[in-house]
Amino acid sequence: MAARKTYDEINQKIKEGNAVVVTADEVIDIVAEKGVREAAKYVDVVTTATFGPMCSTGAFMNFGHADPPIRMTNVLLNNVPAYAGLAAVDAYIGATEASLDKGINYGGAHVICDLVDGKSIRLSASSPGTDCYPRKNIETWINLDDVNEAYLYNPRNAYQNYSAATNTSDRPLYTYMGILKPGMGNVHYCTSGQLNPLLNDPHYRTIGIGTRIFLAGAQGFVSWMGTQFSSGRKRNAKGLPDAPGGTLAVSGDLRSMTTEFLKPAVFKDYGISMFVGIGVPIPILDEEVMSCVSVSDKDIFTTIEDYSVKRRDKPSLGTVSYEELRSGIITLQGRKIPTAPITSLHKSRQIAELLKQEIEKGEFEITKPVQSFPLNKTLKSLEVKSKEGR
Amino acid sequence: MKTKWLLTFPPELTGEPVTYTLIKNFNLKINILKASIDLNVSGNLLVLADGNKNEIDSALAWLGNTGVIVHPGDSQIVWNDALCVHCGACTAICPTKALSLDPSSWMVAFEGEKCLECGHCVPACPIGAISNNNGLHHA
Repeated sequence: MAARKTYDEINQKIKEGNAVVVTADEVIDIVAEKGVREAAKYVDVVTTATFGPMCSTGAFMNFGHADPPIRMTNVLLNNVPAYAGLAAVDAYIGATEASLDKGINYGGAHVICDLVDGKSIRLSASSPGTDCYPRKNIETWINLDDVNEAYLYNPRNAYQNYSAATNTSDRPLYTYMGILKPGMGNVHYCTSGQLNPLLNDPHYRTIGIGTRIFLAGAQGFVSWMGTQFSSGRKRNAKGLPDAPGGTLAVSGDLRSMTTEFLKPAVFKDYGISMFVGIGVPIPILDEEVMSCVSVSDKDIFTTIEDYSVKRRDKPSLGTVSYEELRSGIITLQGRKIPTAPITSLHKSRQIAELLKQEIEKGEFEITKPVQSFPLNKTLKSLEVKSKEGR
Repeated sequence: MKTKWLLTFPPELTGEPVTYTLIKNFNLKINILKASIDLNVSGNLLVLADGNKNEIDSALAWLGNTGVIVHPGDSQIVWNDALCVHCGACTAICPTKALSLDPSSWMVAFEGEKCLECGHCVPACPIGAISNNNGLHHA
């Protein structure tokens, strides 16, 4: 008999406290021991996770109305500009926005984390003044309790694979992949590999719009496909892309988050980013889903790009498995080169374990996507045109 | 016992054979980790000194009398375990594996004895968990 389960059946087991939940690390040995078919019957949910710098991160806020009210423009939060081209007291603060006085040493990511930590934030805004919103200036303090809403809305997180980075030039490069030493002095890689959410669900069978996720300690949701979603990328025999593939847009309430899983990151001479902790449960609906979550680092490959080539398309210097990257040293063009991750596997594992415990305790239900992602979406480039037209 | 010293030389002592004396008179095994010193200009020498407690103590007393300033300590690079998120971004930057990732826990560990105090890890940490208190100037 084929091992098939529905979302309802799995949720019923979660409610009863009988669900078998394991992490995407643990499931590898279970499948090796029992085989896909028996493992699919035995395991109900596999937890995946990642904790890495994700620049496309930010938060929407609604400040509430002052008296007299103001239609805010030029909004500053602790002197970091927020986008307010929305309704009167709505704003979006992006993680990478830098402070007007402190530069990249303090930015949107820091404001978001200060809010989550319960700190007060200086709000300044101005306005031309209108009949309905007469106030022209406001200076005040806000905190997470004062505002109406404050929620993360991250347009692109949790990349399904990402190219590793090196530098063939003769000077160090300061990048969002960290410091790349000259003369291929190091290779930096990100994604949590065999623990990465979309690498465990390569064809987006269970992860889609509406999927409930762990987002920086809160229960959040996948709200859309992430920007630069590239599901049509060439796949290997395991169905995995060896370059950036799918992405997730995610949202969740800042009030339920913790800065243990949300941290500002400052990359020297690059700018601000944000470490975001994401966990995604994968319900084991059948053997195919089980086969996908049994993927291990030796099956996942990524390309190594030369960041010294200052072009959109950087040349690939080769392909390498995550198992090799994790060994701490790889051979590239006949040379041994040290490797280092940018994504914290330690934190990723913590998240997968925490999510597992929440599901085991019946505190976290799995959700069927309300809409699946497209399977053949390709990436477009921005062409510099000399005149308008198609 | 092994101990790490940062020795700061005032300009008038840069011509003195201090390392020779430490080896010859105090029987210390001296391993020079980093040197940034020119004749008649204030400079720094980072050394690992290996000897018994008496030899180390006598050498320290002698250094104090010469006018060479000794900054003792395991390492002047400070890795803040409480802030670290264990991403690993510092580990391939470190030339001596003083900062490394444990292959089973995937947590960062810092071994001060291996540290050359080059300071490259300080800007490599996106969290700001590594700081440099050694006063050496880095390019």
